[in-house]
Amino acid sequence: MILDSKIPEGALAEKWDKHKFNVKLVNPANKRKYDIIVVGTGLAGASAAASFGELGYNVKAFCFQDSPRRAHSIAAQGGINAAKNYQNDGDSIFRLFYDTIKGGDYRAREANVYRLAQVSVDIIDQCVAQGVPFAREYGGLLANRSFGGAQVSRTFYARGQTGQQLLLGAYSALNRQIAYGKVKMYPRTEMLDLVMVDGKARGIVVRNLITGKIESHSAHAVVLATGGYGNVFYLSTNAMGSNATAAWRAYKKGALFANPCYTQIHPTCIPVSGDYQSKLTLMSESLRNDGRVWVPKTKETAEKLRRGEIKINDIAEQDRDYYLERKYPAFGNLVPRDVASRNAKLVCDEGRGVGASGLAVFLDFADAIRREGQPAIAAKYGNLFDMYEKITDENPYEQPMRIYPAVHYTMGGLWVDYNLMTNIPGLYAAGEANFSDHGANRLGASALMQGLADGYFVLPYTIGDYLAKMPYDKVAVDHPAFKEAEQNVIDINNRLLSIQGNRTVDDFHKALGHIMWEYCGMARNAEGLQFAKQEIRKLRDEFWRDVKVVGVNEELNITLEKANRVADFLELGELMVEDALHRNESCGGHFREEYQTPENEALRDDENFAYVAAWEFTGVGNDPVLHKEELKFENVKLTQRSYK
Amino acid sequence: MDLTLKVWRQKDKNSPGQMVTYPVKGISPDMSFLEMMDVLNEDLLRKGEDPIAFDHDCREGICGMCSLYINGRPHGPERGTTTCQLHMRHFKDGDTITIEPWRAAAFPVHKDLVVDRSAFERIQQAGGYISVNTGGVPDANAIPIPKSIADKAFDAATCIGCGACVAACKNASAMLFVSAKVSQLAMLPQGKAERKTRVENMVAQMDIEGFGACSNTGACAAECPVGISMENINMLRSEYLYAKATSENI
Repeated sequence: MILDSKIPEGALAEKWDKHKFNVKLVNPANKRKYDIIVVGTGLAGASAAASFGELGYNVKAFCFQDSPRRAHSIAAQGGINAAKNYQNDGDSIFRLFYDTIKGGDYRAREANVYRLAQVSVDIIDQCVAQGVPFAREYGGLLANRSFGGAQVSRTFYARGQTGQQLLLGAYSALNRQIAYGKVKMYPRTEMLDLVMVDGKARGIVVRNLITGKIESHSAHAVVLATGGYGNVFYLSTNAMGSNATAAWRAYKKGALFANPCYTQIHPTCIPVSGDYQSKLTLMSESLRNDGRVWVPKTKETAEKLRRGEIKINDIAEQDRDYYLERKYPAFGNLVPRDVASRNAKLVCDEGRGVGASGLAVFLDFADAIRREGQPAIAAKYGNLFDMYEKITDENPYEQPMRIYPAVHYTMGGLWVDYNLMTNIPGLYAAGEANFSDHGANRLGASALMQGLADGYFVLPYTIGDYLAKMPYDKVAVDHPAFKEAEQNVIDINNRLLSIQGNRTVDDFHKALGHIMWEYCGMARNAEGLQFAKQEIRKLRDEFWRDVKVVGVNEELNITLEKANRVADFLELGELMVEDALHRNESCGGHFREEYQTPENEALRDDENFAYVAAWEFTGVGNDPVLHKEELKFENVKLTQRSYK
Repeated sequence: MDLTLKVWRQKDKNSPGQMVTYPVKGISPDMSFLEMMDVLNEDLLRKGEDPIAFDHDCREGICGMCSLYINGRPHGPERGTTTCQLHMRHFKDGDTITIEPWRAAAFPVHKDLVVDRSAFERIQQAGGYISVNTGGVPDANAIPIPKSIADKAFDAATCIGCGACVAACKNASAMLFVSAKVSQLAMLPQGKAERKTRVENMVAQMDIEGFGACSNTGACAAECPVGISMENINMLRSEYLYAKATSENI
């Protein structure tokens, strides 16, 4: 199989405009003859479904939640990047492109990232026109703030709820199309298989989560906007229901899965407090502007603190180690996410962590409060401080926050070409579900940008190019391909329900999460990954022998829903390990302990690994086949990232 | 701590429901309310019993999926808090806790504590948007909006659509929910063009869905987890009056 990224010819800045002119168009009267399925209604899915409806296509949109507005894009806090240069501080499309390529540690496609930077400006216009209440200055114009990995202020925001406001904007556009009858919405409905006819994606099989009914839906094209797979770790900042099932089942039908090992571990999350913990909560990156990160200088002091023999304030200034400021004097506490996370793990591994478990570091605002006063700090971070207190019952104005890294975002995903089409004709992937724009590490405030770019401004053009070449004929849902896929879904459900074993689904999920976090988390090595691969296989065998799923299919069955998702995570976990094992270099969120500089920084190998690793399914338990897409850098120079 | 839970169990929409008592033991005060429910569900599963169905997703207080009527209050005893952000330290060892679904004719029960809130969707579809297509819009800075107005619109826009306002209201009125969207869009210059039809259509749909009338008790705003204020209801009333007085739809 040869991977054709279909990157248009010509100069970087002209590729997208030329491509838009060259793509085939469907005339307005013919658009109503085409059906499009969109799975997932987060920023990418909702914006795509609404835009397709506006153009005149017949759209069916699906989400597992009770409303499209619940998709986890809603929880994004910080903001959305756009190269508007409203601040006159030297921003430009090229600079946003450059920062994103560099932030991704040179493992993303130049052409895709440049297009992302180009359309970023249109996104802000669109959202404002929809009534999204972005933060404004007193003069009435839009406000900006700065974010990690950039030297300009290009982040637009709506307090700490930017994702919510952007999603509600896309949701309102979607609602308008639902009212017009151009989009038919299927909430509480989960995709469980992809249907292919003559090698093309022609529909999906879903389960109605209220009645359990298995149904087929046919279309001319299918868009997966189903988010990332961070929940493979069990504990993450993802929502409880976030899952990889739609993407995974497409993978099992032949779609390639790219760079699965690239996961983002966010440095500032509230630490785990017990075995019962169900999820982790993020504290915005913006806190590192004023908070100082530290742990006790010695293991002995840390132990005393953990045993409660001394209090935090008993630790004198000279006995504290502000390790980020010490190691990275130029960037200090504002080093990028991957660097901050790795260093927190390092000091905890040395036994210098704090909190009951020893798996936490301090984020201390005492200096900032002394300097600016408590009201000023409250004005900046009040809602975050309140949330912290609600969860931990500790007052961060009086004592430092305890924080620890947590899984937050997955840069890997379904392989797509420049048109966001997977290697299966007619199957598209958008937003976090694809691999395309963030390389090995995503910068803050770029996920919202990519989701909306894909849905509002890329897919509406590229999908038309595909449909224009498609006959209008519809495939009936009693076609053998649909019946076969339905039977496959029914068989999996029956198998899960018939095992009647002893261990719960959550029990297996936690065990998988533990393996992934220990061996395929912030730091990885070949030996650990080999071990993890065996352990995951063992765990998966045990799952299919001993899982306990109660009830029947024909009802609202929360255990059956989870069992399907965890069954897929148990396969995906192995692929992540496989990918991490083969990539003999460190880059961005992928840190292999064998490949580091003498100063413990990530050591890339551009000679051998400047490619996208796209994996092909060959059967559960069989090793997948690796396909490589070489990355060509013609507009940026590859350099070692340094933050000293 | 050890607790006694009285939980509404109902097989499906058409079956009668009943309160069922469950003892739970060894609950940590640092657990969230939903994590306590997870512990109970794991126990039930191990015994081969059907776990309790409840809605939840982000567990960060923003998606609006979680509900639960706890000891007679939507989202429980803490003000300004969703159920997922409520922690067990607000309860005492030995407490009996009653857990019911949202109670409103317009929110029928799907199963146990899971209700059907699709009425909210249909109200939003009736007019909770500004009619702009993708592309072809003016530059974002073309229309300056005073900060005070942008901030007020934002306050209304933070509604998470959970339905606590309906559950709190003795009439099961959806006025706070509807008013949040109406006033957000009525305040902004972008929303002015459809100001009249929006409020007319959304209120009409609200009535069709069977929500009760508003009698201004303020229970909705008192129980709203994100602090949507009664001011929005006032604004909805004046918008509605203005629209009807000058309506082109009579």
